[in-house]
Amino acid sequence: MWGSLALSPRWRGWLVDARHYQIASLATLLTLNLIWLDFGADPRACAVLIATCCLTQIAASRIVGIPVELRSALITSFSLSLLLRTDSLWLYALAAVIAVGSKFLIRIDGKHLFNPATIAIVALVFGSGRAWVTPGQWGAELWFAALLGFLGIMVLQRARRADVTIFFLLAHAGLLLARALWLGDPLAIPVHQLESGSLLLFAFFMISDPKTIPDSRLGRLIFAAAVAGLAHYFIFFAQVRPGLYLALALLALAVWPIDRLLPAPRHQWVPAATPGGQA
Amino acid sequence: MTLRASLVALLVAIAVALSVPAAQAFCGFYVAKADSKLYNKASKVVLAWDAGKTVITMASDYEGDPREFALVVPVPTFIERDQIGVVEPALVDHLDAFTAPRLVEYFDNDPCSPPVAYMLAAPAAIEEDASATIRRRANSLGVTVEATYTVGEYDIAILSAQESDGLVTFLTESGYRIPDGAADVLGSYIKQKMRFFVAKVNLGEQQRLGATFLRPLQVSYQSPKFMLPIRLGTVNAAGPQDLFVFALARHGRVETSNYRTMKVPSDLAIPTYVKGSFADFYKATFDRAVEQTDMQVVFQEYAWDLSWCDPCAADPLTAEELNKLGARWVSDASGQSPGRLQVFATRLHVRYDRAHFPEDLMLMETRDTSTFQGRYILQHPFFGRLTCPDGETYRNKLRIRLSQEAATLAALTGWRYDEILAKVKAQSGPTGREDEDPDTSWWQKLWQ
Repeated sequence: MWGSLALSPRWRGWLVDARHYQIASLATLLTLNLIWLDFGADPRACAVLIATCCLTQIAASRIVGIPVELRSALITSFSLSLLLRTDSLWLYALAAVIAVGSKFLIRIDGKHLFNPATIAIVALVFGSGRAWVTPGQWGAELWFAALLGFLGIMVLQRARRADVTIFFLLAHAGLLLARALWLGDPLAIPVHQLESGSLLLFAFFMISDPKTIPDSRLGRLIFAAAVAGLAHYFIFFAQVRPGLYLALALLALAVWPIDRLLPAPRHQWVPAATPGGQA
Repeated sequence: MTLRASLVALLVAIAVALSVPAAQAFCGFYVAKADSKLYNKASKVVLAWDAGKTVITMASDYEGDPREFALVVPVPTFIERDQIGVVEPALVDHLDAFTAPRLVEYFDNDPCSPPVAYMLAAPAAIEEDASATIRRRANSLGVTVEATYTVGEYDIAILSAQESDGLVTFLTESGYRIPDGAADVLGSYIKQKMRFFVAKVNLGEQQRLGATFLRPLQVSYQSPKFMLPIRLGTVNAAGPQDLFVFALARHGRVETSNYRTMKVPSDLAIPTYVKGSFADFYKATFDRAVEQTDMQVVFQEYAWDLSWCDPCAADPLTAEELNKLGARWVSDASGQSPGRLQVFATRLHVRYDRAHFPEDLMLMETRDTSTFQGRYILQHPFFGRLTCPDGETYRNKLRIRLSQEAATLAALTGWRYDEILAKVKAQSGPTGREDEDPDTSWWQKLWQ
C-alpha cells in the first residue's frame, strides 16, 4: 500500500520498518503505565534498562566493528521495562547486558539464538532468584486496545513472519480452550486467562522476533505450536509461572535444526534496502 | 586510600543507597483502625508460603447453628492427621488488626487510618461421620474416604473422587447441602487431581472443650501450587463476598498472578470529623474502589516486613504467634531479636463473585519489600489566637486546605461534596483547647 504514496524511497523504507511501529507502541504502553494505569513499571528501572541496553549495543557494535543500530536495543529495553521486575536496579542493568550481549555472543550460523528480552528474563528469574515477571493484568479494555493496535501494526507493515504470532496465539488459545473443555470449566476461565498484557507482549514482541524464529512458514508453525505446548505444560503441570519465556528460550535451541530441515530465505528488516538491523 | 579504592567505595555506597527500600517516616500517632469485622460475608485466610510449603489457616465468620457448619476445601495433596490443627481465633484477629488500614492524626500535621479484612467461602453442612458403612457407600459412588480425623471441635474427612456426581451424591447423603452448579466445579478439581478437605463440627467435642465459637482450622501441605480456591464459594453465593488473605512469606510481597493487584488509595488527608466514623469511611472508600475498577481487582491493603511497623495499628506479632500462623521458618530465629523475623506480610482484600472472578486466585511471591499501608491522615487546624501577619496567610491557606480535604473525601467515598463541606464548616468551632482564641474567634469567620 505504501507504493501508491508519493514518498521518497528513504521515507518509504522508514515506514515499512516494523521496528518503528514496535517502538512507538511499546513507548505508548510504557507512558500509559507511568502516568495513568500503574501496572508496576518503575521509572528508574526503565531509565536503567534503556541506558544499559543502548550502551551495551554501542559497545558491542564497536567491538565487532559494525554500524551502531539502536532500534532493536530500544525494543528490548521497553519490553523488559514492561515485563521484568526485580528488587534491585543493578539487576535491571544486568538484564540489559545479558539481553543485548546475548545477540552478539550466542550465535549460530550468523543468526543470534535467543530473543534478547526472553533470555534476560529467563536468566534473571531462574538464575538470580530475585526477579519475577509481572502478571500483566492490564484490565480488559486496555488489553483489547493493545490487541487491536498490535494487530493493526502487523497488517500495516505486512510482515510475513508475523504469522508466527498468529500461529502461537491460536495454539495457546486452543490449548486453554481444550483444557477448559476437559475440566468442564466455563468459557469465562480461558477468556480470562487470555486477557493478560504480558501474553500480548510475548506474542507480538518476543516470539515474533524475526531473527530468532525459523525461516520457513511451516517451520514457524511447528515452532509456535511447540512453544505453546511446552508453556502449557510448564504453567499448568509444573506450576512454573513464567512458563512462556522458559518455553521460548528452550525451544530457541530447536530453530537451527528446523532451519536445516526446512530451509528458506533469511529475514531482513527492510527488504533489499538499507543495511538494516545487524544483530 | 588509593583513587581506585575510593572509587570502589563510592560505587559500593551508591549501590547500597540504591538498594535500600524507601521507608516512610511517621510522626503522628495511631488513633483508629478498620478491621475485617466491618464486612458481612467476610472470610479471613492466613496463607504462609515458604518455597512449596503452604500453611493455610481459615477463619470463618460463621455464627449459625454449629450443626449446620461445614467446610469443603480443595487441597492439592493427601493430608495426614498431624498436618491439621486448630488455632486460637485471637491469632488471626491480631494479624487482622495489625495489618488493618489505619487513621493517623496530626495537629496541623497529623494523620490517622485503619484497614479492613476478610476470608474464604464454604459450602453447607455435614452430619455423619465416616463409619465403615459410609466408606462402603462412598466406594460405590467412586468416592474414597482417604482418612478421617477428629481435630479439636471438628470432624474432618479427606476425600478423593473419580467423578463429580458421585462426590455430590456422597456429600449430599452425608448431610452437606451442595448447591446446584457445584458439581462442575468439583469435577474440575477432581480432574486436576485435587483432594477435598471436608470439615464439620463434632458437637460432643465442642461441648467437652467448652468452645462457644468455632476456631480457625489450619492445614499444612507441600505442593508447588500456591493458590487459593475460591470457586466453590461463588457457586451459590447471594451477591459478592469479601475475602481477606493475609500472606506470610519469607522474601517479599505476595500478589495474584491471574488478577490485577492494586493498592488501595492511601496517604490522603481527609476532614478531621472522619475520626468518629472511620469504619464507615473506609467501607465507603473500599466500596467505591471496587466499583471504579469494575470488581476486577485484588486490593493490597498492607505490605510490610513484620520486624517493624510505623505506625503500629496493634502490638507487633511475636515470633511464636507467627509460627503458629504457619510461618514455621520463624522458629529458627525465635531466640533472636525481633529484627530477624524474616516475615513479610501482605494483606489482600478482594470482593468477588463468579462473574468477575471465574478462576481461583493464583498467587506469587515477589522480592518486592517496599512497604505499604492503607493510611489516612487527619490534620487538625490550629484554632488559637493569630497574633502575627502570617496568621492571615495561614487562615487563607486553611480554607483552601479544608476544601481540598472535603474534595478528597468526596472522591474517595462518593459522598456528596456539599454535605461533607457543611460538616467541615460545622466542625470549625471551639475545640476546648487552652490556647484557643477566647474572643470571637477568627475561625468563625473562616467561611464567610
